[in-house]
Amino acid sequence: MSLKRKDLLGTRDLSVEEINLILETADSFKEVSGRDIKKVPALRGKTVVNLFFEPSTRTRTSFELAAKRLSADVINFTPSSSSVMKGETLLDTASNIEAMSADFIVIRHSAAGAPNILARGLRASVINAGDGSHEHPTQALLDLFTLREKKREIRGLKLAIVGDIAHSRVARSNIYALMKFGAEVRVAGPPTMIPCDMERLGVTVFYNLDEALTGVDVIMMLRLQIERQGIALFPSIREYATCYGLTQERLRLADPDVLVMHPGPINRGVEIAPEIADSAASVILDQVTNGVAVRMAVLYLLSGVK
Amino acid sequence: MEVKKAGRPVMEAQEIARALSRVAHEIIEKNHGIQDLALVGIRTGGIYLAKRLAHKLKEIEGVDVLVGELDITLYRDDLNSRKSHPTLRKTDILFDITDLRIILVDDVLFTGRTIRAAMDGLIDLGRPSEIQLAVLVDRGHRQLPIKATYVGKNLPTALTEQVEVYLEETGEPDRVVILPP
Repeated sequence: MSLKRKDLLGTRDLSVEEINLILETADSFKEVSGRDIKKVPALRGKTVVNLFFEPSTRTRTSFELAAKRLSADVINFTPSSSSVMKGETLLDTASNIEAMSADFIVIRHSAAGAPNILARGLRASVINAGDGSHEHPTQALLDLFTLREKKREIRGLKLAIVGDIAHSRVARSNIYALMKFGAEVRVAGPPTMIPCDMERLGVTVFYNLDEALTGVDVIMMLRLQIERQGIALFPSIREYATCYGLTQERLRLADPDVLVMHPGPINRGVEIAPEIADSAASVILDQVTNGVAVRMAVLYLLSGVK
Repeated sequence: MEVKKAGRPVMEAQEIARALSRVAHEIIEKNHGIQDLALVGIRTGGIYLAKRLAHKLKEIEGVDVLVGELDITLYRDDLNSRKSHPTLRKTDILFDITDLRIILVDDVLFTGRTIRAAMDGLIDLGRPSEIQLAVLVDRGHRQLPIKATYVGKNLPTALTEQVEVYLEETGEPDRVVILPP
């Protein structure tokens, strides 16, 4: 069985069946990463191009490892050293890459919708690795995979997503996916960081973190984008950390078996206390491990579409 | 489930059980016992047969034999020419195969391509001292130079016919049938 689509652009238009297929396939691929020889020949002869217009270490490395473990060839394209600086359009850049027979283009771009433009204009499969504040589907899928691994069932789970919801593609992709599986999703953050359409997605908004965390099974912390500090979303990092940082005392408000997740990179002592990041409740490194398996599954399933 | 076509029965439950008993004895005879031996079933039919063989080996020798499950999907040579990818399942071999004598187990030996893929998959997991092959049915028409070490039944077939093995573990009574083209 394969996905019936050429591209993976977001979780919003994925069906429950498609997500289940990806997660089940990822489960099989997780075994490959545990082997001595971490390689299978499934994508031999295929070419994956990582087209990252925004800096990223984790996601790019994760896609690169996933492709390499499937025996695909990987090229990392960094725009600073390329013709983008010379004024070439996004689609022209991608078309040139495709003309060299690329089968997959993994794109990260600061503009929402950039992957959609490529998907329409190219024959290659396009995978969204994060577009602006829009979507980051593979992150949500690996979060779902990790949740299932640790909690078995997503239906009925109480989750709190905490931080800059408005600028977070991770939050958006997760909300779309989690709602499809019947989770109870809360978001918490300062009013400047909560978009106005939240209730329409079926989530509950909290401005007080203690209330948001009471009784939850999962806490998903978002990275405070310190680089955004200039646009006055919060008065100071210290105030943000005091009001919206996850501390030991706050963690006690949640369910005793609470899981703490974070898409990384973490700001220790800002949104998350170091001792929580390193505690047994934290599944941050499991998320990273599972990310490779989930991306292998996505590449494999998209390559089956003819 | 697909609609079941009427097939010509070629093996019934008792015959399957006898064939497996004979194969179990042959395995012991050829390997002078069952030391350093492990069975690896190829998904899906081979897994049930591997478990049955392990059970028979235990009855005869009184020792447990390691059993693993191998999914060959990622090693298929037709992965890129098929319309859609076959569903990927789990490889579950919870022991180090290096220096073990591995007996691959499958239900039907046909072109030999599955076995080629299985050997590649196995060797990616370690270096067995030897690989042997046990099949319930050898229906001929090999496309690769592969030969089974143990055969439950040699079954002459036409290339266009289809051989189906039904096993109790999947909720059907044990039997092997030939389906017309």
